[in-house]
Amino acid sequence: MRGPLKLQPKMKSKSVPLQEGYNFAYLDEGTKRMIRRTLLKAIAIPGHQIPFGSREMPLPLGWGTGGIQITAALIGPDDILKVIDQGADDTTNAISIKKLFVKTTGVQITERTEKATLIQTRHRIPETPLKEGQVIIYQVPIPEPLRFLEPREPETRKMHALADYGLMYVKLYEDISTHGRIATAFMYPVLVHHRYIASPSPIPRFDNPKMDRMPALQLFGAGREKRIYAIPPYTTVKSLDFEDYPFEIEKWDQQCALCGSRESYLDEIIKDDQGGRLFVCSDTDYCQQRREKGKNASPSEVVAMKAVRRKKGDETT
Amino acid sequence: MIFSKEPLLKVMGMTKYFGDRVGCRDISFELWPGEVLGIVGESGSGKTTLLNTLSYHLEPTRGIILYWSEQQGLVDLGQLSESQIRYLMRTEWGMVRQNPREGLRMRVSAGANIGERLMALGVRHYGRIRKEVQKWLERVEIDTDRANDLPETFSGGMLQRLQIARNLVTQPRLVLMDEPTGGLDVSVQARLLDLLRALVAEFNLSLIVVTHDLAVVRLLTHRLLVMRHGEIVESGLTDQLLDDPHHPYTQLLVSSVIQV
Amino acid sequence: METRLQAEDIQKTFILYLQGGKKLNVLKRVYLTLGAGECVALTGPSGIGKSTFLRVLYANYKPDSGRVLVFHRGQWINTVEADPYHILDVRRYTIGYVSQFLRVIPRVPALDIVAEPLQRLGLSPDESRLQAQDLLRRLNIPESLWEVSPTTFSGGEQQRINLARSLIYPYSILLLDEPTASLDEKNRAVVIQLIREAVARGTAIVGVFHDREVRETLATREFDVSTEGTE
Ligand SMILES: Nc1ncnc2c1ncn2[C@@H]1O[C@H](COP(=O)(O)OP(=O)(O)O)[C@@H](O)[C@H]1O
Ligand SMILES: [Mg+2]
Ligand SMILES: [Zn+2]
Repeated sequence: MRGPLKLQPKMKSKSVPLQEGYNFAYLDEGTKRMIRRTLLKAIAIPGHQIPFGSREMPLPLGWGTGGIQITAALIGPDDILKVIDQGADDTTNAISIKKLFVKTTGVQITERTEKATLIQTRHRIPETPLKEGQVIIYQVPIPEPLRFLEPREPETRKMHALADYGLMYVKLYEDISTHGRIATAFMYPVLVHHRYIASPSPIPRFDNPKMDRMPALQLFGAGREKRIYAIPPYTTVKSLDFEDYPFEIEKWDQQCALCGSRESYLDEIIKDDQGGRLFVCSDTDYCQQRREKGKNASPSEVVAMKAVRRKKGDETT
Repeated sequence: MIFSKEPLLKVMGMTKYFGDRVGCRDISFELWPGEVLGIVGESGSGKTTLLNTLSYHLEPTRGIILYWSEQQGLVDLGQLSESQIRYLMRTEWGMVRQNPREGLRMRVSAGANIGERLMALGVRHYGRIRKEVQKWLERVEIDTDRANDLPETFSGGMLQRLQIARNLVTQPRLVLMDEPTGGLDVSVQARLLDLLRALVAEFNLSLIVVTHDLAVVRLLTHRLLVMRHGEIVESGLTDQLLDDPHHPYTQLLVSSVIQV
Repeated sequence: METRLQAEDIQKTFILYLQGGKKLNVLKRVYLTLGAGECVALTGPSGIGKSTFLRVLYANYKPDSGRVLVFHRGQWINTVEADPYHILDVRRYTIGYVSQFLRVIPRVPALDIVAEPLQRLGLSPDESRLQAQDLLRRLNIPESLWEVSPTTFSGGEQQRINLARSLIYPYSILLLDEPTASLDEKNRAVVIQLIREAVARGTAIVGVFHDREVRETLATREFDVSTEGTE
């Protein structure tokens, strides 16, 4: 591993006026240490789910409390935090989480992927490639990729222990049999470091290749299910497939209506009451930066987009 | 049947206690390649426990189980790790459950049920898996059009045949069956028996069949264990045990059914 | 004359537990040596133990004591002590047995039932069925019945199917329990002819022939199972 792995919060003397009555980053230090110990274990066994004592957070379950606890355990006053929800920095969910950390830590918030030291995400990996030294924290609703086919937890645990993974391919087999192709679009299962099968959280399969040999540290937290897992930097992450039905990412005929990108993951949105549709980047920061560099889009469209997206952000996980 | 110089399985003094309750005690027998062993006895006599202990789904309290593995030579099951046992169970062994819901995955298609063992062994070519699925559906007389249907939509006899196909796809050498014809109509039973006999002959397959049906015993098995209170009371050549039972319990068992 | 089978000191007692442990001492120290090309007819009144003795020779009944030595694939094997696996091998290659009753698997056509012993020994299904057809033709089983399960056949037809199963392969030992009992004149003659051919080939036969004429035609000697022997 190249860059130093940042698991100890950078505690500097600089004191910030914080919400009274709460510890720094809301969680008490004992809980944070417990979570950091779990994280170390998770990093040592890439892709393997480790149980942890998940705590109550001042946000409802399903709002990413697993990811929030990891962020809380890692964040220090010098960190720069980015929070995204389905690629957007300005959804209700992302804003609530950011508010929590601003109130309890006073850290700097950014929307710029390359500036962030910690990125907490729900459902996307930023389009801007992550770098060494960055940490991406995924919010995970269902950590167990085998759950759909084998609901018995002791049995799935045994399957992981013995790398008995025929069942995971059963899911892909079913896809091909019914749809003629692997239709799984989200939570597309991956094999981490040639050993453990893991859920990439509900990101689109478009993002799966970004996980492979990513220079940043990837951490996964499931609050309700009390599980943490991790993928250390530069780890091989393979999306499962068949020889005759290789893994493929989604492609669009369209380009982003705002920045013109043909490479990014696009959301289809309804433009007006007449049911007009258009496609825009799901990663708002990426789109914004491209536009700043002078590509495309009128100001009025930008306003419309923001409104639409804010509405979309009202839904929770 | 190809005559073999070595047995496939040798069980010595196998005992399983549940606390201080006896599951099965002092079970010893040999099974040879291509041989069908029947296990009969009243319910609660330890038949299913015997199957589960034999396949290490339950750990025996005592005893030795030797198996002549195709890939690994002579192995003592007690010395294998859990993952080695699992590997053996999905390659050289098979298990057909009395209740097909326990032996099948009801939430995935018939084809996926058959393909799973292949995928577990690392086959990663959909087309090849699909071909095996078709072949085995045909072999167990299920319409290949049903490959994508959920087992939920199958009749009892079809479910048992699907379980058999799911197990045989990796061409195991030993299949354990718990009441495979239980709860089926007589004509459906006959068809299943027929199929089993053909498969035994075709693949020189060894079977261990738990049943309470002496007609099944008579038509399918070569060797028989009669169990009572967890122990073997009499064992030997099937027709010898049925026609010349020596133990009082076997005599009762044989007489208490209509002549088969 | 080459010895094919040797029964020594056979005793057989049935203990009927369901009838209060009643004991039936049927066979008392029976000795029999059987050579190739011999046809031994078991004699004695009904209930004396003829069928019981045949079944002991076939290892269908287990005697209280004694040995049944069978010359099987170049070796002597004592079927009283042998493992079921080896007994079945003896039945596949060496001893054929025709009981008074046909026991068949439902659904399987007559032709396949007759062909099965050959197929078990590794002959191709086609070749096995061809030979079965020849035999069924000789035994006057109408072709219309070949593809039908014999469960519905008449007694005489069933008996001929039973015989065909044992005559299709040249076992070195044949055990026949009343093989002509339910046959008409014409078919009896066919069966006698088939058995004679077997004897001429060197097959060693032990049989129960109720019909005196049949017995006198076939038997090379008679043997009374109630004789307590020291042979
Ligand atoms: N399986 C059996 N169980 C109990 N008794 C039997 C059995 N088989 C034959 N016997 C008894 O043995 C005696 C001899 O019968 P069997 O051998 O059929 O005589 P045979 O063929 O000379 O008429 C009879 O009393 C018969 O009831
Ligand atoms: Mg008689
Ligand atoms: Zn864009």
